Amino acid sequence: MAQIHNDKFGRPIVVVTGIGIVTSLGQGKAENWKKLTAGESGIHRITRFPIEGMRTTIAGTVDFLFDERVAAPNLSQKLATLAAEEAISEAGIGGNGDFPGPLFAAVPPVEIEWPERRQLAEQVTHRPMVYHDLLDAAATGKFRAWHERFLFGSVADALADRFGTRGQPISLSTACASGATAIQLGVEAIRRGECDVALALGTDGSVHPEALIRFSLLSALTTANDNPAEASRPFAKNRDGFVMAEGAAALVLESYEHARARGAKILAVLEGAGEMADNFHRTRSSPDAKPIIGCMRRALTDAGITPEDVDYINAHGTSTPENDRMEHVGLSGVFGEHLKNVPISSNKSMIGHTLTAAGAIEAAFSVLTILNSRIPPTINYNIPDPAIPLDVVPNVARDATVNRVISSSFGFGGQNVCLVVAGEPA
Amino acid sequence: MHDAQRPGQRDVWITGIGLVSSLGEGLDAHWAALNAGAGPHVDAETFAPYVVHPLVKVNYDQQIPKKGDQRQMEAWQRIGTYAAGLALDSAGVAKNAEILGRTDMVVAAGGGERDFQVDAAILNDLLASNDWGRSLNERLLSDLRPTLSLAQLSNLLAGNISIVHGVTGSSRTFMGEESSGVDATRIAFSRIAAGQSEIGLVGGAYNAEREDMLLLYALNGLCMTGAFRPVLGTEPAPGIPSGSMGAFLVLESPEHATARGAKPIAKLSGVWSERARRSATGSVAEKVKSLISTAGTGPATVVYSGASGAAGATEAEGEALKASGLPVRVMANRIGHGFEAQFTALLGLAALSLSHGAAIPPVAGAPVEAPLEGALDRVIVTSVGHWRGEGAALVEKIG
Repeated sequence: MAQIHNDKFGRPIVVVTGIGIVTSLGQGKAENWKKLTAGESGIHRITRFPIEGMRTTIAGTVDFLFDERVAAPNLSQKLATLAAEEAISEAGIGGNGDFPGPLFAAVPPVEIEWPERRQLAEQVTHRPMVYHDLLDAAATGKFRAWHERFLFGSVADALADRFGTRGQPISLSTACASGATAIQLGVEAIRRGECDVALALGTDGSVHPEALIRFSLLSALTTANDNPAEASRPFAKNRDGFVMAEGAAALVLESYEHARARGAKILAVLEGAGEMADNFHRTRSSPDAKPIIGCMRRALTDAGITPEDVDYINAHGTSTPENDRMEHVGLSGVFGEHLKNVPISSNKSMIGHTLTAAGAIEAAFSVLTILNSRIPPTINYNIPDPAIPLDVVPNVARDATVNRVISSSFGFGGQNVCLVVAGEPA
Repeated sequence: MHDAQRPGQRDVWITGIGLVSSLGEGLDAHWAALNAGAGPHVDAETFAPYVVHPLVKVNYDQQIPKKGDQRQMEAWQRIGTYAAGLALDSAGVAKNAEILGRTDMVVAAGGGERDFQVDAAILNDLLASNDWGRSLNERLLSDLRPTLSLAQLSNLLAGNISIVHGVTGSSRTFMGEESSGVDATRIAFSRIAAGQSEIGLVGGAYNAEREDMLLLYALNGLCMTGAFRPVLGTEPAPGIPSGSMGAFLVLESPEHATARGAKPIAKLSGVWSERARRSATGSVAEKVKSLISTAGTGPATVVYSGASGAAGATEAEGEALKASGLPVRVMANRIGHGFEAQFTALLGLAALSLSHGAAIPPVAGAPVEAPLEGALDRVIVTSVGHWRGEGAALVEKIG
């Protein structure tokens, strides 16, 4: 193998040759990029289901794909399908349902939802009913298709059929870091020489009443319902929680050697990935930020670079008081004094927190940031938080030469993943 | 750890096993129960007409000392966290912060354990309500416990293992029923073989004593009902006899294990994960035949089959197993079927058997379970998902 195709550690270089994005801003990377760099928000009042009694009544739902309510896995599948179609089309490989590599799919956990429970309950003739009665309703065979639909592997399996990916697809969850983990698994597989090309994606279409309420009960969501577009305020002093959102992104990952051999346009290089689990608390970061620092350092080490080599930070930046503060502590630990020289912005200020999909969507936006030499802003940054001084690219996009980005993702359950994305090798 | 080795260039050892099931807790209890020929421990009453293998009584305090931690988990997470602790103990790395801080964890998980009383109460209310959406919001806001949503998240089994046992090198959770167990093992194995990792913790847990999971499989008529019958017996696919279990393995490079003075229990020689297009007739049997052929049908080999009992998949696997001519042990006939946890449970039992140099004896009523003449050197573990995914692993005796 020619030296040029390997990184400084002798591993195959992994490049991105296709990306696809769907968010509440719209479908396709062109529309998303245009709106993202214009500082537009995709956050709006929820109309999908009744919001009476809810503490939070806004979200970044994707409402333009279905006219009626569908189950969360149906929407997640549709979002992922659109993103993967766009990515594969751009990459120019593996179209027509014949993708020559594995699928790593970050998908939300699924379970039977309330409308389905209701239909089962309506089969029960006596009152009050107990949960076991639902099993008798299930055993009637009238709802047979729900079994497949609500399996954890269902969405990725349908995608494997649709795109003809190789082998058994991997469905994964590392909570809000899932999308980044999918990319990391693809990078590792290519480095191991298991495949020349891989499809990595993250998707989340699971804004439904119970999901919203569960996050509400954990006090994780903003309650700034009055002006939805101004509710997600990463790093601002008046941030008060995240906005649930939906979307998907897909990336075609490929060995540099393979991409060059077929003359593919190379969008970016996946230089490195790092992770470290936090064992402090189920929903909170260790106060010393050691796991956040450790995961970023591992990513930099894996890429063989130093903090001074980073031009821009695509933040996790959820807009919760805790996350943004801890992210600052972590970044300060890694970057030290240099941090003030590095612009950092949060896509979530505009698209909300797309949860399972976030890591993939933000990696895709990182690629576009490099390609377009333009940094998307952190909107709704009107009241700086003096405790976390950062150059957040406030409110307006900025033109800048960006050769290298780190994109961080942190999730409940102590999940921390950091990716290093760079421009094409000179 | 940045070398460009390809898979298979380094051996992968199993240096720790943590197992808890309906048969007992720990390796000795399982070995004794499997050799006693007493038959499976099943409960056909509690969830009648569904048959389950209930978990043996476990003192969770032994592996999850803080009651507060136990309260933050639902049963499947407690089972898994407990079994993970047993595996770390077995490998001799428990409480070793230096090693645990770089141990790579891959968990095969389901999730979503419901509060059945709450769900039923809400449904009773809603059925009488004339404003469904509003009533649902009100009831959920007042009735759901905040901690429940954490107990329902798939990746929180791994999260709890990090918190309780200090495993923090990395944490990944795979979902997707049986194949999540195969792929979790395959990724942990491949990373060590390729030099991307030195030590890993891989496994899963399943709580069969859950009406929401029985419901999911009952929708498609997949569960075993009535009295327990052996899988691949006179009735080849009698339905899935689900079984509660937690099963974790510590996988390690020989260099890493040797440096800390650890001995291998067995060698994990290969893990393969495939996906038949099941709409094509005969595709599953062909895939399983191919997997067994890849693993190799040499002498002193038995198959520990993960056949679930589900119609379709089970008959197809049975055909491939019969064609192999190898003696088979259908593990659902002993511990039931544990979906995400089944594959690592069978790997643990395979390694245990190899460490004793003997296969476990056949059960009655399953003609595919022929006796093994002579010593045991190799165990092929199969996983044919009840709905999707075909996988296998080869576990071999050391030396």
